[in-house]
Amino acid sequence: MPMTEMDVFAKVKETLVEALSVDDEEIKSDATLMGDLGAESIDFLDIVFRLEKAFNIKIPRGELFPDNILNNPQFVQNGKLTVVGLAQLKERMPHADFSLFEQDPDISKMAELFKVQTIVNYVLNKVNNG
Amino acid sequence: MRWIWIDRFVEFHPGAKAVAIKNVSLAEEHLHDHWEPFPIMPVSLMIEGMAQTAGILVGQARDFKEKVILAKIAKAEINDIVTPGDQLTYQAEIVTIAPEAAVTHGTVLKNGTCIGVIDLMFSHIDQNLAGAKFPQENFVFTGQFTRLIAPFLEGGDG
Repeated sequence: MPMTEMDVFAKVKETLVEALSVDDEEIKSDATLMGDLGAESIDFLDIVFRLEKAFNIKIPRGELFPDNILNNPQFVQNGKLTVVGLAQLKERMPHADFSLFEQDPDISKMAELFKVQTIVNYVLNKVNNG
Repeated sequence: MRWIWIDRFVEFHPGAKAVAIKNVSLAEEHLHDHWEPFPIMPVSLMIEGMAQTAGILVGQARDFKEKVILAKIAKAEINDIVTPGDQLTYQAEIVTIAPEAAVTHGTVLKNGTCIGVIDLMFSHIDQNLAGAKFPQENFVFTGQFTRLIAPFLEGGDG
């Protein structure tokens, strides 16, 4: 039986509480991992490892949190994602909501893409569609 | 004084589990500062002892080819004080090991009784996502660490 979004959210919440040492009530769908929950770079890897165990899934490196975008000059110019860079990121992150970010794709605002809901969307698709 | 916070491995199962002991002695300088009237082993140094136990376990799992650096203390709970004359036991298990990092779960015992948990995460720093470069030689695993597990790797059962 497929998992519901509520089931996935509950487990993601548990995972984030453990990985980031935050309180239950801080985990809201629109909370950003870095800004609201205080995640640092190593925490992203920790979250990936914990999600793999909690949901019994395999998360290839760079799939949930894409890498090799910011260090590519074709994708970033003057501190903003280029059209090509934005298209690339959207293709690699179908689980993220770009509606705000694409209005001003400043890389300093990229952290806003990484929300609790971003993880929920990713995992939901992974557990139900493989 | 050398920066080594375990005395001996008593078990070493490559890629899986390691157990090390540390005998706390009043001859150790730091105990006289922490604190003179009532010396106790600092919890921060128990975390270091666990990091050395688990870090050597993680390093050996990749044949000491990776530079293993403590990246995160996921959990550290110690529920008792440790004083001179006590023996600490650090039990470390690998939970996850991947090309870029490893996660370990550890329990701490005082004279054979469990007093806490220390869960850690290590980074294989040459595999870092930022692409930063480090010296070629493995400055993490020097002779004193590798000598500690030599009896287990050479003799098979220690």
